[in-house]
Amino acid sequence: MSGAVSRERGLELLREMMLIRRFEERCAELYSAGFIRGFLHLYVGEEAIATGAMRALSPEDNVISTYREHGHAIARGVPPGEVMAEMYGKVEGSSGGRGGSMHIFDASRRFYGGHAIVAGGLPVAVGMALADALQNENRVTACFFGDGAVAEGAFHESMNLAALWNLPVLFLCENNFYAMGTHLSRAQAETNLARKAASYRVPADKVDGMDVLAVEAAVRREVQAVRDGGGPRFLECETYRYRAHSMYDPDRYRSKQEIEGWRRRDPIATLKGALRADHILYEEDVSALEASVEDEVEGAVRVAEEGSLEPVEDLLKNVYTPREIRWRR
Amino acid sequence: MATMNIIQAVNSALHIEMARESKVVVLGEDVGKFGGVFRATSGLYDQFGPDRVIDTPLAEGGIIGSAIGMALYGMRPVPEIQFADFIFPAFDQIVNELAKFRYRSGGQYPCPVVIRTPYGGGIRGGHYHSQSPESMFAHVAGLQVVIPSTPADAKGLLLSCLRQNDPVLFMEPKRIYRAARGEVDEGDTTIPLGKANVVREGEHCTLIAYGAMLSVIEEAANKAAEQGIRCEVIDLRTLVPFDVETLIASVKKTGRAVVVHEAPRTCGYGAELVASICERAMEYLEAPIQRVTGFDTPFPYVLEHEYLPNADRVLGAVRETLEW
Repeated sequence: MSGAVSRERGLELLREMMLIRRFEERCAELYSAGFIRGFLHLYVGEEAIATGAMRALSPEDNVISTYREHGHAIARGVPPGEVMAEMYGKVEGSSGGRGGSMHIFDASRRFYGGHAIVAGGLPVAVGMALADALQNENRVTACFFGDGAVAEGAFHESMNLAALWNLPVLFLCENNFYAMGTHLSRAQAETNLARKAASYRVPADKVDGMDVLAVEAAVRREVQAVRDGGGPRFLECETYRYRAHSMYDPDRYRSKQEIEGWRRRDPIATLKGALRADHILYEEDVSALEASVEDEVEGAVRVAEEGSLEPVEDLLKNVYTPREIRWRR
Repeated sequence: MATMNIIQAVNSALHIEMARESKVVVLGEDVGKFGGVFRATSGLYDQFGPDRVIDTPLAEGGIIGSAIGMALYGMRPVPEIQFADFIFPAFDQIVNELAKFRYRSGGQYPCPVVIRTPYGGGIRGGHYHSQSPESMFAHVAGLQVVIPSTPADAKGLLLSCLRQNDPVLFMEPKRIYRAARGEVDEGDTTIPLGKANVVREGEHCTLIAYGAMLSVIEEAANKAAEQGIRCEVIDLRTLVPFDVETLIASVKKTGRAVVVHEAPRTCGYGAELVASICERAMEYLEAPIQRVTGFDTPFPYVLEHEYLPNADRVLGAVRETLEW
């Protein structure tokens, strides 16, 4: 990828990926220390996809994601402090502390969640794109999901509806090859996921999800095709999560060699290597970026720690539209 | 005023609201060109066009998911699920997405979707065209459940549903879709959600039902009256939110209650009614509350009229409360 990117842009992409990774590693520490509770799914290894894809979208586009969405939220511009505060369940969180790790929402950035039900967001993405089509809005809805979602009925209904109605939605499949602990080859008869989408007449392509520049270029191309009225597109990004499915997962289903093999394709190291080869990245850049990322993540942790928990008076809030309700005792 | 049946009343409400508010969109299986399996959406396609009356494939999860996506944008989708029995492929979208969007986004995303679906037995529909799954949805916080029993209520309640901001499951009693006829305002008259209707006053026993069971308790009340027993008849109209005050006021007056629904007894909505009365008016009760319901079986094919509550079963329950 020599000469593919300017120094300024290269450093920006590098910083974003480093920020997401450091954020996730910090989450793991905070989880082990008991500050973050419940379920936590980390994006370490997959940073190139969120980072590359978000660059190819405009602020007017829609983004809808999965339960492994911290990276998507940060890359979309949700302040890391709000993401971290959400994980702490603090009212300063992006969903007011209501959702936690798997339910990051930010209406101001057209970020439609955080969906803890696998494939739950796909039909919703179809509806958002349908609304845009009906109202002649020139928006693209970018819908992230994993390889596990492709086995769900909701995936197939969504592909069909989006193609049938020629809707402006980009399906971004983050294929990390494992639905929790079950490898793709043990879960799906057809392991070529792009072929499944193509069978619904959704033009489908694949990209190396470990290469941020390749992801950005591919998503830019697909977004343009969707924006030009070409209907839905499907882009499979092959990737890998270095860590277990969640913090509860002992990760006994993958070999060390397999993990090491993917680590050698690490998206951050790959970009660093490319920038160095082009002589536009220096050692002092890396240390400066590391320091700046560390500062930002620690700032996020402070926002979360200094935030406040939802008061008990709010227990019944936001179930329905605020109105006069006389709650039954 | 005009004489309408429930289908015509629903159709009238949809016509009025689609003309008044361009964000209202109807979608579902055969709702457009075909006009709906029970003709409830008849004429909408011709008047409002394919962009506002959308025919979908058989994909209930996709239909509800699409409606949610549109609602997040401030549109007002009205998906139809052809039979309530077919709603279960969409259960995940309804329970996990629709009902909880506002809550889990900290109030950022309201989700005004009104799902219309015909429910209930009595038309020889067999196992999968007869069920009454209302309590499964009444149990889900974030949803509202509305069930009209008359043409005027169907129209007025549906208009109210279309003019508020939270998800609603609007269940239409298909057994009386055409049989129930009544005077309906042709204009724009709404009936508030969460307000029960005291259809008839009486002081000996309170009968409570909704949907197609209303006519059953009315018939039972007529038969009781012949024996000098004056029943108070309450049409619940809205299961969530539920008008507990009207119910309690009635039971405090009569001291007796019979609750009736066609869904199976165990964990049916009647259990909630009984519990609510016991919590609030135990000391006023002269006798245990009686439930007259469907049985704890799948919905039967041949024996459906033995399965469904009828006036004699209700009358028997009334006598139980009086003779206790």
